[in-house]
Amino acid sequence: MSKLVYLIPLFPLLGFLINGLGRKNLSKSMIGIVGSGAVLASFVVSVLVFLDVKTNGASVVPLFPFIDVKGLVIPFAFQVDQLSSLFLLIITGIGFLIHLYSTAYMHEEENQHYGRYFAYLNLFVFSMLLLILGSNYVIMFIGWEGVGLCSYLLIGYWFKNNDYNYAAKKAFIMNRIGDLGFLLAVFWLIFKLGTATYTDVFSAASLAKLSAFDITTITTLLFVGAMGKSAQIPLYTWLPDAMAGPTPVSALIHAATMVTAGIYMIARSNILYTMAPGTQTLVAIVGLATAIFAATIALKQNDIKKVLAYSTVSQLGYMFLGLGVGAYTGAVFHVMTHAFFKALLFLGAGSVIHAMHHEQDIRKMGGLKKHLPITHITFLLACLAIAGIPPFSGFFSKDEILMAAYAKSPLYYYVGLGGALMTAFYMFRLYTLTFLGGFRGTHDQEHHLHESPAAMTIPLVVLAILSVVGGLVGIPELFAKDAHSLEHFLAPIFAGSTAIAEHHHLEASQEWILLGVSTALIIAVILYAVNSFKKYQANGSENSGVAKLLENKWYVDELYNTVIVNPLHLLAGFFKNIIEKNLIDGAVNGVGRLVGYGSRQLRLIQSGQVGNYLIIMVLAIVVFILIWFNDLTIVYYLTRLFKMA
Amino acid sequence: MNTTEILFFFLSALAIFSAIMVLISKNPIHSVLWLVAVFFAISGHYILLNAQFLAIVNMIVYAGAIMVLFLFVVMLMNLNAETEPQKNLWMKLAGVISGGCLLMVLVSLVRQATDLNAKKAMTTTGDIGLIKNLGKLLFSEYVVPFEITSVLFLSAMIGAIVIGKKE
Amino acid sequence: MPIQYYIYLSLVLFSIGIIGVLTRRNAIIVFMCIELMLNSVNLLLVAFSKMHLAFATANDKLATTVGTDGQLFVFFIMVVAAAEVSVGLAIIVMLYRNTHSVDINFLNRLKN
Repeated sequence: MSKLVYLIPLFPLLGFLINGLGRKNLSKSMIGIVGSGAVLASFVVSVLVFLDVKTNGASVVPLFPFIDVKGLVIPFAFQVDQLSSLFLLIITGIGFLIHLYSTAYMHEEENQHYGRYFAYLNLFVFSMLLLILGSNYVIMFIGWEGVGLCSYLLIGYWFKNNDYNYAAKKAFIMNRIGDLGFLLAVFWLIFKLGTATYTDVFSAASLAKLSAFDITTITTLLFVGAMGKSAQIPLYTWLPDAMAGPTPVSALIHAATMVTAGIYMIARSNILYTMAPGTQTLVAIVGLATAIFAATIALKQNDIKKVLAYSTVSQLGYMFLGLGVGAYTGAVFHVMTHAFFKALLFLGAGSVIHAMHHEQDIRKMGGLKKHLPITHITFLLACLAIAGIPPFSGFFSKDEILMAAYAKSPLYYYVGLGGALMTAFYMFRLYTLTFLGGFRGTHDQEHHLHESPAAMTIPLVVLAILSVVGGLVGIPELFAKDAHSLEHFLAPIFAGSTAIAEHHHLEASQEWILLGVSTALIIAVILYAVNSFKKYQANGSENSGVAKLLENKWYVDELYNTVIVNPLHLLAGFFKNIIEKNLIDGAVNGVGRLVGYGSRQLRLIQSGQVGNYLIIMVLAIVVFILIWFNDLTIVYYLTRLFKMA
Repeated sequence: MNTTEILFFFLSALAIFSAIMVLISKNPIHSVLWLVAVFFAISGHYILLNAQFLAIVNMIVYAGAIMVLFLFVVMLMNLNAETEPQKNLWMKLAGVISGGCLLMVLVSLVRQATDLNAKKAMTTTGDIGLIKNLGKLLFSEYVVPFEITSVLFLSAMIGAIVIGKKE
Repeated sequence: MPIQYYIYLSLVLFSIGIIGVLTRRNAIIVFMCIELMLNSVNLLLVAFSKMHLAFATANDKLATTVGTDGQLFVFFIMVVAAAEVSVGLAIIVMLYRNTHSVDINFLNRLKN
């Protein structure tokens, strides 16, 4: 069965080619069928592969040699194991739902743009699958770059709006900064070990060859790559701007695919990270800082998608916290549950935006409960899941990470819990402002409110079910012995790390207390949020103080502009106006002018007088004779001739 | 110093002097006449080398036909010392120096060729220059080039007519 | 006669021809100087032909036709020179008709 794994990325690639090339000829329904069908086919194969891996274990499927030069062999091979098959399921499964949703959501687009959209979407899924399936860092890098490119294309999908183009460029450039780190790490690995294949790199023999400094540097550089791709401080600012793309794209990028690439990569390289405690601490701190930082910003955002975007950044922070404290299973678990409920949230938001005719400001919504019943219910379930209310999926995964953090250092736990409380607050602020209370938009909008078509609600329902029950694959030991099936499933991947890492185990009573307290706090925060925003009326007053700071996202974009972008602009301007104009152009033009001047002077020799030419000809003959008979004898005879005269 | 040598040096001096006079005389007619003198001196050399046929041809074709043609043209244009265009002094000096350099280099080359030292040209004797011997060769081995020269003459004639024709 | 005498004589005549070409502006004189150069070469050819004859007869009494080629060559040069002169003078006449001068400095169409 594993032999068929190449089909998984092949289907989206074919879908991309068909939709991309035929976007002007195919009908919309055809494009939708091809685009969604390709991902559905991948999903079916992924399920088969997953079941195969579950019974038969991991394998590497070589396809063809990719790079084969002296001392460096990089095969084009696919790594089929527990980790990648799990990610395959997430990507193709949620990817399919998002494709299905898109067929309805994007229906107003023109035919060829519709085709372009699905082509990009399929290419995106293809790149992501390549990233997941590659059996070495180089193949992963191909996918890594592919998703970067596709995110650029999709964020800038409405390319007629210049702001969207800037957002796309920002995402691309931020990603490139991270990619540089990734690339350097891969070079370092190849330089030290002569291979980039996972099985070789993670073997005990290879790891013995790496010094502590090597491992720390490589892991740090890889983490820089993950920072860009998974939107961590300081490279996170592209993600909120990436909301410029169509909403399903946001769901795809931020829930199921691109941003989880960094998590996947670190989970894949878990053994290296476990061997580098310094980097682990860095990962944990950056993750935690991002989680808190983004959560504070999300508190005061009024754009429905911006709230979700910062929520994504914050949740990614949790995942990195999990990775940093060695809870690799927890991080992957959270990737999975987050994929469910965040995709659901984005698609729900899309449904709301669709109903509101592209109004995204939650201050102008409210009372949508009765108009959009399905969206409302699913959205509420997703909010509960992300807030971490038992027994929804988010509870289990977040709990696992926070418990591991507590085991490492209680401080991590308290800060993380603060973030979780903020999450609960802003999510229910969002929920309340959108669905409860009275409608605050125009009458025209209210008149047109409608529930979305089935193609949009079916994915919502499916994702809602997953969000509710998704956590059951990872029931902690606290509740039931050996019920954490995900941990068992992933155990081979993290076996190397588990062997090295020291284990802190919390007392069961301690865990019960932590769980009880955190859940109680979260519920209290939710009630507070619902109560305080139920009667919300836009009063038009400006925020001040901290609130204003938060509303403006801590002025991070402005800070980056002042510290990095503007000096670069100035430098570029300096180079362009001073160095290039005067120095380079001066030199180039100077050479031209010199030649021109020289030519004008030399032209005077060409007087057109035959006599002058003849004199020069005769002198040239003399010179040639002197050159041809370049003996000392000629000099000798010439001197004798002069003496004679 | 025997007669041959005396004749050689006399004819050489005459040729060089006449050649220089060709250069420096202002009146073109004088130049033409001096050139005729050079050709006569060279014909004298041919006789000295016992190349009788060439001596006669040189005298008839060059000194006779060609130079008379020159004379005709000069007289036709009514050129004289007054109308003679003169180069400026510097150009003249440059020309002389260039020519002098060439002469010097060539002379030094000849002096370098030591295997010429013992070689002598056969004067007064040796009958290859007689019309009989040349004629035999001309009409046997060189008959094709000889015939081709007639074509050359024809084309030269036609060319001269075409060029010289008015309009 | 030593062959070098003839060579020097020819060189001197040739150089005088060159100097004439370089220093005179009258097209007819320039043309005459070219004839002078041709003649100096002719003289040298004849001298060399006799030199080879002398060399050959010194070794082999019967080789009496060596060097004939050289003199025939001179003959052909004269033929070609005659043709050249007829065309060249025609050109000069035409030049005179167009410019009313035989000054080669007017032949500066090569400029620009």
